[in-house]
Amino acid sequence: MATRPRPLSPHLTIWRWGPHMVVSILHRATGVALSIAGLAILAWWLMALAQGQEAYATFSKVAHSPIGLIVLIGLTWSFFQHLLSGIRHLVMDSGAAFELGVNKSFAILTIVGSILLTVLLWAWLMGVRP
Amino acid sequence: MSIGESSTPLGKVRGLGSAREGGVHWLTERVTSIALLLLGTWFIASLLLLPGLDPHTLAEWLSAPSGAIPMALLIIVGFKHALDGMKVFIDDYVHEPGSNFVINTLLLFLAIAGAAIALYALATLAFGGAS
Repeated sequence: MATRPRPLSPHLTIWRWGPHMVVSILHRATGVALSIAGLAILAWWLMALAQGQEAYATFSKVAHSPIGLIVLIGLTWSFFQHLLSGIRHLVMDSGAAFELGVNKSFAILTIVGSILLTVLLWAWLMGVRP
Repeated sequence: MSIGESSTPLGKVRGLGSAREGGVHWLTERVTSIALLLLGTWFIASLLLLPGLDPHTLAEWLSAPSGAIPMALLIIVGFKHALDGMKVFIDDYVHEPGSNFVINTLLLFLAIAGAAIALYALATLAFGGAS
């Protein structure tokens, strides 16, 4: 009998996209971004602070450049997205929120929440006060 | 056919049984995530509530115990959680055992080196090396 490849579990291409799938992928992507870029910038920021005025001026200059701001805003959003979908995962680890409707709303809420928190934080940092 | 030797992937898995490890890794990832929920909130709230974000104010904040101690915890728990998470990522996509070992070992070294650099900088601030 000719051997044919054994069936494997279905991958990304076969599923219909939904909020839960987007949030799952975002959780992984933002986690990798925070692990690599986030922690590298945290270490650089602390090192610059410790080394004094000149080193901090260099850090500050890069951080305030257009690319620096895009990266920092991106990481802020990644932080809130990972935090909120992390809470969602903790709830699901307890066995709750697997009902289709609840699961979907919770997934959408993490995205709405992360964008809202990012906007609020950067508005505050840019001097906007209620 | 001895245990672990089988013609089909399913048979192989059955022959090998469970991995008998990984539970601690899984649970540690959850526990560090709960800690980071608190430490991350502290970090963001502190940045928002500081009178300014100039280097002098920041250095003063991180040299006091109320800033230095949570920051040390954030560094240690943050790098640990990142390492655990990146291991899941690598294990999912790098299947060849040799490459998997090399990449995971590099990640471990990177995480420890990164945490050491961040902690050294924090210690310099906290114990008054810089002006």
